[in-house]
Amino acid sequence: MNKTAERVMPIVFGIAGIALWQASVWKFQVPAYVLPSPIAIVQAYISDYGTLNAALLSTLTVTIAALLASAALGVALALAMAASDLARAAIQPWAVILQVTPVVAIAPLIIIWVNQPFLALVVCATIVAFFPVLSNTAAGLAATPRDLLDLFRLNGATRLQTLMLLRLPAALPFFLAGLRISGTLALVGAVVAEFVAGSGGFASGLAYRILEAGYRLQIPRMFAALVLLGLAGIVIYAALGLFSHLMLRRRDAA
Amino acid sequence: MIKVSGVSKRFPNGTVALDAVTTDIGRGDFVALLGPSGCGKSTLLRLIAGLERPSEGQITWADGAPKPGEIGFVFQDSTLMPWASAAENVFLPLKLRRKSRAATAGDVQAALAQVGLTDFANSKPAALSGGMKMRVSIARALVSRPKLLLMDEPFAALDEFTRHRLQEDLRDLWRRSGNTIIFVTHSIYEAAYLATRVQVMSARPGRISATIACDIADTADRRTAPDYIALVKQLSDMLRLEFST
Repeated sequence: MNKTAERVMPIVFGIAGIALWQASVWKFQVPAYVLPSPIAIVQAYISDYGTLNAALLSTLTVTIAALLASAALGVALALAMAASDLARAAIQPWAVILQVTPVVAIAPLIIIWVNQPFLALVVCATIVAFFPVLSNTAAGLAATPRDLLDLFRLNGATRLQTLMLLRLPAALPFFLAGLRISGTLALVGAVVAEFVAGSGGFASGLAYRILEAGYRLQIPRMFAALVLLGLAGIVIYAALGLFSHLMLRRRDAA
Repeated sequence: MIKVSGVSKRFPNGTVALDAVTTDIGRGDFVALLGPSGCGKSTLLRLIAGLERPSEGQITWADGAPKPGEIGFVFQDSTLMPWASAAENVFLPLKLRRKSRAATAGDVQAALAQVGLTDFANSKPAALSGGMKMRVSIARALVSRPKLLLMDEPFAALDEFTRHRLQEDLRDLWRRSGNTIIFVTHSIYEAAYLATRVQVMSARPGRISATIACDIADTADRRTAPDYIALVKQLSDMLRLEFST
């Protein structure tokens, strides 16, 4: 399959799916409160785009804050784990426990403990998102080529020199791959936290608008919010992919 | 210059890589360690470099233990940092010893010139061929003017044409600089072509089973010289005998 076909196929598949969806709703007269048609969803968005866009911005603010926090926390913990076997032994199981615990289960506690709603949402999303950065960066730091480490030793490099000049640059592709996964997880985390917080949270994110639309049986509006979430996820994933590509190309370009 | 006395190396998994190896390396020697894969050649090189500690025996230096930068090491792979240019890779050993870039620019240029890569100083490894990367690696090992150059099968992964070119250049470099070189190889032809002395190693646990001086006249047609062909045959016979017993 050539490159152009590979790029066009998802769009063709998407358009075909939407056309089939629209046709099915028309053909079987499906009520909008069960499954709104794509046209009804677009109409719902147009009639309420101010609120929905503001909600998207709010969710994205939490997502980006959580992504930055995840990157900082993940790298810091990975560095600690790379620096000492004891630190690795101490941190690793707790990082895994935090990763496998459903955020839905601990979000109510976090929302109670952290008094500030925005901060509470960021903490929840960070818990969901930080693990890929941590595990990838730790793997990258551990995968530094042995010969280069030997070369640094032979030339009397300090630990700090080895870290700054070799281990961190060598781990960059691993970190960027982790960041890309964390980006979409941060969005998931932000939405889950907004759902749990409900009106007690930030009360302005997309998840809150989905809940609100659900309570009012405004199903097309609910779907419009869902579509915005999906698009936001795709944009975050693609943007981080582009960022990663540009960073590595700039670093390694001849 | 270096005295290796009864050195053995046993790894934690019980493997005995070297058993009571004794040898002397003189200043200006070009010694080839020849033997099949897994016979402990690289381990001996790492022990001499101080990257591993012997389980028994000792390695002593006539001028005292080497300081950082006094040993140049060329690995089997070029092991360049892909994010750094050829000049930055060559500058690395000096940078690690906190030498300023400006004060050592001449040394970096000279090292690149020694390996014929002056025009590629600003190229990143991705833009260089396998042979050029290995030249950068050699320049990096030479830049701090080491007392001793250790080379661990540096040309093994290269095509034959590039390998021949690099062997010729390395021999030229050694003749001009008078460096002391220990060169690990499993190629009889390479050992006979490059070295002034070939030390044949036996299979695990590695021992030095023979030392052969290479008295081949330094002529342009060294590879076809009768002395060279006779030496290759002698080394071949020796290895065949070694591994048939």
